Amino acid sequence: MADAAPLEGAARDRRAERAAARRARSLRGGAIAATSTVVFLGVVAWLVFTSPGWPVVRDSFFDAEVFKETFPDIAKSFWLDIRVFLVVEVAVLVIGLVVALLRTVRAPALFPLKLLATIYTDLFRGIPTILLVYLIGFGVPALALGEAEDGSRPLDWLPTEPVVLGGIALALSYGAYVAEVYRAGLNSVHRGQRDAALALGLTETQALRHVIVPQAVRRVGPPLLNDFIALQKDVALLAVIGVTGTAFREAQIQTATLFDYTPLLGAALMYLLVTIPCARLLDRWERGRARS
Amino acid sequence: MSPGKPVVEIRGVTKAFGELGVLRGIDLVVHEHEAVALIGASGSGKSTLLRCIDLLEDIDDGDILLDGEVITDPSVDTVAVRRRLGFVFQAYNLFPHLNVLDNVLLGLVQGHGMPRSEAETRARELLARFGLEGRERDNPDRLSGGQQQRVAIARAFATRPRAMLLDEVTSALDPELVGEVLQAVRDLKEEGVTMILATHEMGFAREVADRVCFLHEGRIIEEGPPERMLREPERPETQKFLRRLLEAGRA
Repeated sequence: MADAAPLEGAARDRRAERAAARRARSLRGGAIAATSTVVFLGVVAWLVFTSPGWPVVRDSFFDAEVFKETFPDIAKSFWLDIRVFLVVEVAVLVIGLVVALLRTVRAPALFPLKLLATIYTDLFRGIPTILLVYLIGFGVPALALGEAEDGSRPLDWLPTEPVVLGGIALALSYGAYVAEVYRAGLNSVHRGQRDAALALGLTETQALRHVIVPQAVRRVGPPLLNDFIALQKDVALLAVIGVTGTAFREAQIQTATLFDYTPLLGAALMYLLVTIPCARLLDRWERGRARS
Repeated sequence: MSPGKPVVEIRGVTKAFGELGVLRGIDLVVHEHEAVALIGASGSGKSTLLRCIDLLEDIDDGDILLDGEVITDPSVDTVAVRRRLGFVFQAYNLFPHLNVLDNVLLGLVQGHGMPRSEAETRARELLARFGLEGRERDNPDRLSGGQQQRVAIARAFATRPRAMLLDEVTSALDPELVGEVLQAVRDLKEEGVTMILATHEMGFAREVADRVCFLHEGRIIEEGPPERMLREPERPETQKFLRRLLEAGRA
């Protein structure tokens, strides 16, 4: 026991030594990260600012006067983007879930619907969204407005408003994506969960409703949010069928009137204001799930 | 013990997965209040037999009867049959998105259409009986394996099934947690619950079971009272199986 005290002292010293080494390591890491970031950004800035095209770009993309003048209108137009996004998003969530369930069920009576659901996802996931917006945006009004020989229009109940048609196109396109996300979620729920539900005397439908779908929906949260971010940006596509009043369309008009591209940057800023918080939320969500 | 009336009757049941014959002619009668233990190596068909009784698997040939009524006929309402049986899985299979109480309530309320208040009284009683008082609002993943399996037993038993089917209910547990689950099963046995249990716990089979059946390659090749089956088995396959368990320190 005589040498217990010095040993303790030695142990204390070694612990302090280790802590100091850890601190030094993390300081060194921070210093390296900071230096390399500054150097990298410096090189990029030097390359951009010394390039012969920079003065032109500065004047046509970063004009503070133009920004001040146009940004309020662009920000206001963004309200339409948000409304379209919200309505389409709800439709997408419903379409996606229904289609995914149809593709999962085994009941033979539902086979035609199952086939339809499969064709739908293959088709609408395979066509570029911008093409769908064109096809539906111009095709449906042509159907609605076509006159028969007696002057009647049997399909005149179809919508012809560009914003409605564009919304339908987006909903169909993203519905197909989201259906696949849901389907992956449904398939990821362990088979034992269905067994347990059936063993308790639940019907297949009850098992889906109370046991499988709730677990699937929880699992697909992050990938769904990812698709929401993409959808939010794609509302800008509605401009191609003449939907006016979205932030992108407003910026396009301003750009064409003022011969200056700054309004486009204003629109980009509006999209980022929504998508970046979404992305951070997604990160936090996934970190939280990784922990649990 | 004088046998009561038959609850589960299995007659010449066969079942194959593709080319692989898992059950190759099973005959077994389980009477009221009787506990029958199925023992045998992995792959001998114990789990498959239990799953076939609960209609979680289709059988190929033969009949299974519950209270004298054929339940393996294609015209039978499988959901109604499952409502009369309780099944406990090796891996618990609790619903992770529901708390302990709701796990027990789901079968009562959705499966049996019992009013929620009545179901809740029964569920709380059962959970307390299996030592889970105060854990009702916890999520299953906050519980130990032994506690989870006791919730699963409460969940399966809540609907007062005609027979409990227990599929290796302690195989996924750490050794120190096995005892508490076996206590719950013992509890059911004392109440006279009819049960069929696939198990690797020979000591437990000896204590709880009225009869032990040894499954080998899809057939019950030997059965009898636990004392004799586990001490002086007649068939060489049974002897070999028990000797192996003994060597592994499991008997």
